[in-house]
Amino acid sequence: MVTTKKIIAIGGSAGSLPVVLNILQNISPGFVIPIVIILHRLKNAPSEMDKIVSITRSDLKLREPDDKEPVKPGYIYIAPANYHLLLEADGTFGLDYSEPVQYSRPSIDVTFESIAAVYGPNATAVVLSGANNDGAEGIARIIEKNGTGIAQDPLTSEYPVMPAAAIRKNPAALVYAPPGILNYLEELSPA
Amino acid sequence: MTTAELDEIILLLKSEHGYDFSNYSAASFKRRVQRVMSLHRVANFYDLKYTITNDKHFVALFVQEITVNVTEMFRDPNFFRKLKDSVLPVLASYPSIKIWHAGCSTGEEVYSLAILLQEMGLFERTRIYATDINGAALEKARKGIVDVRLIKEYTQNYIKAGGSADFSLYYTARYDHAIMRKNVRERIVFSQHNLVVDGVFNEFQLICCRNVLIYFNRVLQNRVLQLFYNSLSPLGYLALGIKESLMFTDVKNKFETIDNTNKIFRRQD
Repeated sequence: MVTTKKIIAIGGSAGSLPVVLNILQNISPGFVIPIVIILHRLKNAPSEMDKIVSITRSDLKLREPDDKEPVKPGYIYIAPANYHLLLEADGTFGLDYSEPVQYSRPSIDVTFESIAAVYGPNATAVVLSGANNDGAEGIARIIEKNGTGIAQDPLTSEYPVMPAAAIRKNPAALVYAPPGILNYLEELSPA
Repeated sequence: MTTAELDEIILLLKSEHGYDFSNYSAASFKRRVQRVMSLHRVANFYDLKYTITNDKHFVALFVQEITVNVTEMFRDPNFFRKLKDSVLPVLASYPSIKIWHAGCSTGEEVYSLAILLQEMGLFERTRIYATDINGAALEKARKGIVDVRLIKEYTQNYIKAGGSADFSLYYTARYDHAIMRKNVRERIVFSQHNLVVDGVFNEFQLICCRNVLIYFNRVLQNRVLQLFYNSLSPLGYLALGIKESLMFTDVKNKFETIDNTNKIFRRQD
């Protein structure tokens, strides 16, 4: 089942936090399309993400989703540490505590693939700076289902390996510097 | 694999072999099926259908591998700390304590709980019923063996959870593995129980079921939560995984929230 609603997924690893924060600081107030952020981070340590962001933008509606929580417009979701974050066909989140994929849990590939299956052409997925290959497979699944894959320009990435891997695997991926990524997302029509 | 193909596999397992996965969460179940296929080099959907129909041995392995058996000691140390500070002192007022650890997998969290009970002087009068659907995982749990390479991480988790002793008091290291000692094993009963079909078997003051419900859809979650409700004594505690919520379930008004971050609830009456 493919929903007609749009969704944006952003995956990042080493060096991606400043880019994510920049996007969140500058995104238009009232931006409607839900954004799902998957960052590699330490397990068994409480999350600092929501604190950091709430300090910079008190108007953003941020959630670390619980299992079965519905995806809602206008919300920004951050994948919880130590779980894979999945999207179900009924528009709810699902969590999965199975083996790490390429040493990562949450895995960017896993979330992108599940978003591709549910949202098809209405999914936009972005791979940011990082020092591994996570996200490249996921972008391939997104593009396969006619969604849009974007990679951060490796020249602007603190760790270029991850976006470079995504670009190498996906010639159809769009490549933008951080301001270009923000512009692209801002111009997506919410419907 | 498409949703329709996945549904066919689920139907086949149910009609031919009596295993009911129809109320598992679709997205994670699909990932598990793909994983089992790649482990056993099943090339495509048609081969999978053929193998499930004709190979009983494969079906037995399939069912075992489809359930997630990933766990660690003192996962979410803050949860264990909260349990120790807020729940176990209340349980201490009972002359005998009964705990159900549902979906215990290979036992790491059961032994974590046993250690806390031991340190509070409660283990002697506690009985932990640790259950899982997966017989092979239970067999491993019963042996109390953990990978010695993980001991360092477990020790750190233990300290973060508020453990007050030397963690090495609880295991004996042998080459590549560590065995949990008798002082944290003897009050635990491991047995097979399938949350999908089995019922109430005792009454408990605490039920721990962490990161099991995430693999079930809402229909099955509601069934299992009702089973937990019926298995708890009045004012008994329910502990779920830290991202598992009662918010989206039928029983949300039957439980009081003790700690929403660590997902500790208490039966209302």
